[in-house]
Amino acid sequence: MADVKPIMQDHKNCILKFKGDFLMGESRPTLESLTTELPRDLTGLSCDAAGMGAWDSTLLTLLMGLQDYGQEKGLIFDVGNMPEGVQRLLNLARAIPERPGTRRAVSKDSLTVRTGKATLKVWNETVDMVSFIGETSQSFGRLLQGKARFRKSDLWVHMEACGPGSLGIITVISLLVGAILAFVGAVQLSMFGAEVFVANLVGLGMVMEMGALMTGIILAGRTGAAFAAQLGTMQVNEEIDALKTMGIPPVDNLVLPRMLALIFMSPLLIIYANTVGMIGGAIVGVFYLNIPPQVFFVRTFEYVTPWLMAQGMIKGCSFGLLVAYSGCLRGMQCGRSASEVGNAATRAVVTSLLLIVIADAIWTFLFILMG
Amino acid sequence: MSTPNEKIPPSVLSVKNLEMRYGSTLIQQNLNFEISQGDIFIIMGGSGCGKSTLLKHLIGLVKPAAGNVYYGDKDFWASEGNERDQIMQDIGILYQQGALWSSLTLAENVAVPLQEYTALNAKEIRDLCAFKLQLVGLAGFDDYYPSEISGGMRKRAALARAIALDPKFLFFDEPSAGLDPVSAKLLDDLILELRDTLGATIAVVTHELASIYAIGSNSVFLDPISKTMIAQGNPTTLLNESRDARVHEFLTRGNTHTEG
Repeated sequence: MADVKPIMQDHKNCILKFKGDFLMGESRPTLESLTTELPRDLTGLSCDAAGMGAWDSTLLTLLMGLQDYGQEKGLIFDVGNMPEGVQRLLNLARAIPERPGTRRAVSKDSLTVRTGKATLKVWNETVDMVSFIGETSQSFGRLLQGKARFRKSDLWVHMEACGPGSLGIITVISLLVGAILAFVGAVQLSMFGAEVFVANLVGLGMVMEMGALMTGIILAGRTGAAFAAQLGTMQVNEEIDALKTMGIPPVDNLVLPRMLALIFMSPLLIIYANTVGMIGGAIVGVFYLNIPPQVFFVRTFEYVTPWLMAQGMIKGCSFGLLVAYSGCLRGMQCGRSASEVGNAATRAVVTSLLLIVIADAIWTFLFILMG
Repeated sequence: MSTPNEKIPPSVLSVKNLEMRYGSTLIQQNLNFEISQGDIFIIMGGSGCGKSTLLKHLIGLVKPAAGNVYYGDKDFWASEGNERDQIMQDIGILYQQGALWSSLTLAENVAVPLQEYTALNAKEIRDLCAFKLQLVGLAGFDDYYPSEISGGMRKRAALARAIALDPKFLFFDEPSAGLDPVSAKLLDDLILELRDTLGATIAVVTHELASIYAIGSNSVFLDPISKTMIAQGNPTTLLNESRDARVHEFLTRGNTHTEG
């Protein structure tokens, strides 16, 4: 329990009597309660620390507050009777005064200013995205000329991580999506007694749309986020700066192998996803709808033409490219702190998903036009 | 000014038969030393000798393979729960890279231990944070993020966080690494000032000779070859009196030993 008692000497001078322990765990008077007790026309204020016990930083914040109060009111606050340690800490705290303009003014922008800033942000974002397309295209150009430098082992590492590494999750998801397609289709088709068309539905659904889309989404969550986090961490550690200063374009060295890995791997993953999805549908068809396996497979192969498969592959490959693009873009844009790396990974996934759905819509529209 | 020679201060941190290993790799063994109240204790030695590892053993990040670390009369590694928390509250640590949380402002960084361990209200915490930042010469930088200030300022902000709870023990891992000589000197002065004013006991891992002589009152020298401590005592005394060629070479920046 700590206490400060102001004792008036005459009507202009006052002594503050400090009593008790000024420690973080103890209750103590606040600056406000103390200053309201002091008369307005005071000119001198001093301390009496004779009754004071232990103290820590809380005493010092109180004294600093009193010093500021004294300066404001133009009165002299004498801390000469405080223990030596207290005085030295006070001097240390005042040793380097605040430089004017350091403190941040909290200003609220008007709606117009905020709209303007937001617009500029969107514009800059667009410029960044477009210029990254340019940089990667140039990099691909150098690759075709045989000038791009990156470590071949990097390419294999990334291919392994995004290809075989994704097989487990792709198996589970494709199998279930195929089965879901079969169930949903069966409910409708059974109304016409046409359950056997479930084979067509699953085949077309997987090959044209779901195989590619699901693979794209899995790659966005798994690989795109990983790319952004890897590149972001390299940005934080100045590893990307190190590449730049050695004259190695980071886009060639880091982005290119990642993009190539996904370009090579996504078609293979899509073929795999389609196959597993059709197996999932077949399991439901054979065991739940009692369609003979031979019939199921004959119908599937009859309706899934090479052109339909090609449509799915084209979509899927573009999704892979977009995932690699978004992951690398957000990674390269990453700021220099731990939280920025998290942001980069989040934004990579969001950007990937957005671009995948947009691209899917465009391809579907084009394929319909082509018939 | 403090007058450490007047009476022999009690030892507040003692290390007994400490053995440090990473897996089966022996780092150091047979470490025995005591740190007294108000000491600035230097842990020195060449690169890779286990200085930082020793620090990690003292502050509870790595468990010793054998031996004990005592804070006062409390065996650190035998303590649990509340008792361990009590010891940890008395410890402030300045990490080599500062280790400020990048998503928090400087004031918020300093506030974390205060919010965790004290019952102070928001305004009191804000005042204390501002005061600690003033102490380390960062008045007015309360609302800056660590990424917006220079390396030297980050280090001082990290020091403000280390002293947030007025700890009895302060540990510094390479405080002057990455600082220019003037900033390093200012940091040394600040360490001395904090020792004298807060009455803290300080352990410093460093190989900066200038700092070692300027602030060290006691020291231990770790050798990576024999994997144990080969010298102990005041660094200046060691420089003048140590007969060991390795210690002498280190303390004179590689000058060969000459009888003088």
